Amino acid sequence: MATTTTTKPPRSTVAAPETPGWLRWVDDHRKWLFAAPAMTFVAALLVFPLAWTAYLSLTDAEGSVRAESEFVGLANYLDVLSDIERFWPAVGRTATFTVVALLFEVVLGMAIALLLWRPFKGQRWVRVAILLPLVATPVAVGMMWRLIFDPNIGLANQLLGWFGIGPQPWLSGQYTALPTTIFIDVWQWTPMVVLILLAGLTSLSDEPQEAARIDGASTWQRFRHVTLPLLTPTLTVAILLRGIDALKTFDILYATKGRGGGSFHEVETLNVYAYGLSFDYNEYGISSTVLIIFFLIIIGAMWALTARRKEAQR
Amino acid sequence: MASSACGGGGDGGAATTVRVTLANHVWTDNVKKALPEFEKQTGLKVEVTQLGEDQLSDQYNVKLNAGSSDIDVMMYRPLQEGKLFAKNKYLADLSDRVKAANWDFSDFQAGPVESTAYEGKPVGIPIITEQEVLYYRKDLLAKAGLSAPPKTLDELKAAAAKVKAAEPDVAGFVARTGKSAAVTQFSSFLYSFGGDFVDGSGKSAVGSEAAKQAYAFYGGLIKDSGPANVSTDMGWPEAMAIFTQGKAAFYTEANSLYKNATDPAKSKVADQVGFAPFPAGPAGSKPYNIPSWALGINAASENADNAWKFIEWATSKEQTLAQQKSGVPGARSSVWADPEGTSTFPEDLAEAIAASTKAGVGHDRPLVVKVAEAREIVGQPLVDAITGKDAAAAADTAHAAFQKFLDDEAR
Repeated sequence: MATTTTTKPPRSTVAAPETPGWLRWVDDHRKWLFAAPAMTFVAALLVFPLAWTAYLSLTDAEGSVRAESEFVGLANYLDVLSDIERFWPAVGRTATFTVVALLFEVVLGMAIALLLWRPFKGQRWVRVAILLPLVATPVAVGMMWRLIFDPNIGLANQLLGWFGIGPQPWLSGQYTALPTTIFIDVWQWTPMVVLILLAGLTSLSDEPQEAARIDGASTWQRFRHVTLPLLTPTLTVAILLRGIDALKTFDILYATKGRGGGSFHEVETLNVYAYGLSFDYNEYGISSTVLIIFFLIIIGAMWALTARRKEAQR
Repeated sequence: MASSACGGGGDGGAATTVRVTLANHVWTDNVKKALPEFEKQTGLKVEVTQLGEDQLSDQYNVKLNAGSSDIDVMMYRPLQEGKLFAKNKYLADLSDRVKAANWDFSDFQAGPVESTAYEGKPVGIPIITEQEVLYYRKDLLAKAGLSAPPKTLDELKAAAAKVKAAEPDVAGFVARTGKSAAVTQFSSFLYSFGGDFVDGSGKSAVGSEAAKQAYAFYGGLIKDSGPANVSTDMGWPEAMAIFTQGKAAFYTEANSLYKNATDPAKSKVADQVGFAPFPAGPAGSKPYNIPSWALGINAASENADNAWKFIEWATSKEQTLAQQKSGVPGARSSVWADPEGTSTFPEDLAEAIAASTKAGVGHDRPLVVKVAEAREIVGQPLVDAITGKDAAAAADTAHAAFQKFLDDEAR
């Protein structure tokens, strides 16, 4: 009985003969019509630049975008993918930066969120203090750390000196620069992970925790077998958001090491490389190729992460 | 089109506002102070956009690439971007305008004029010239028992080592170390060793014996006598900071930055700074002598007549003299000949500049279209030498890469 009432009556009986055809058309397509302005917007702001970049990546455009350029097919892609001096090291650095920064941010973020989860005295102040790095502009953050890490007049080496530790090269060292920028990223973005995880934690119901406690589960066991599984969807969101952001980090790297990521390209990620190709070298064709490849990498990473998220939610 | 009604300018309804894009520089600060005078004289309004060097470059890349007309006058670096901009037709041809009466184009020094021309036509007017000189600390020299600044590079090396040995906290020598940033200041070392970036037949010369010696010398000097924790990405602000904090005895740098060292507000050692001509190498003392900045007119500007009025005023004898008196070396011969033109420079600096303009080389980086890329290639042996790697091997690698770069560009 219930099923028959919910089925739609045949259309012919609803559409009265006096309803004009265009109105019926509007009615049938309204979900598209309402979405049309947004779709136009997306097309203008996303699809067009992307298509233009894809087109440029197939040409030898250089010097000026308006100068004549020739269609070279996939030659740029072959060039870029066989470039072991700048491109592949940049891919490696991008991956290292993203994975290491993300790892630290998630582990630290989780620890801090757990500490802030239960109410305590002065909690409000602690929460505000933790959010401070998040509201600063990344370029300003980069400048600030650049001063702190200056090898000769910076605060970091002075601090080390008080403890009798010799000066460290920090940002200026060929092998210490990337870890240092990762540190800066962790400093700035861990609060965001804390924020997301804290929201997730406070929305969890207390019952499973209590049940586990009554069963005699230790703190670690409760975290491992109750809190963590319940928090997984939130955790995946945090990883997804932060992962994509870390993958395309530019401002911190540019503000601390400048163009080319330093004299040995020590912090040159794909973003920094593509920027240098177009703004320093004026090689728009090659630069577009790098960006398109980078775009595909981001899409791939996003797809992999969302797939994991759906799996986790099942 | 509405603007034509209130425009009334010389070229078909152009606006009475001149939009000028300038770099952060003492020259810009001076011009901004003098602007009301120009606005009163001409009835024009000047809108200044001021940016750091890198941001200025990016701005031009974006706006000029898009054919934007909202820049009328542009301050640019003839040796860095001049060829690229002219090739892309961003710079208006000034051939007819430089004939302006009373303005006297022939008064400009030949070197800078040559560097701001493209295919024989003037496309920019040089406003600031630069030579490399030796900055030094008088007190540290005296402490180390040296009576005069070094005259040769060998003497410089010995003196720097001596100071460092006497004062462990102070570096004997400091200079730019960034791969790209150091190239311009290294060029004087290269020329004084008898080398150049490109030889007479247009081939790479960075693998030559002279170049190898120069790379090893520059890198070795910083490695052995430089600051304790030397980084490989110092540009002039970082190197200058070390010098003005009193942490270095010798420093080779562009003379146009001298105020940073002698201004008590910016320098802890202002009263102890001395200047000397660039020390002589095996091939003599050969510092660069270049126009570092010029003014050009955006080819897409719809306000070219008024843009020229601004340039004519900003590069006039009076303005050049005023600029030079406040420490900005200009490109006009008459101002240099005028005792008033050098009256405000420290005496030893004026002498060093006079020596540099005589023996100077007209470029401080490879003269190519893609300068940024070329600088990174020819600068690599510098950072390798500073970090203790084999300078000669690095020069050979750079030589092969640079030759390939030149071949690509010639195609």
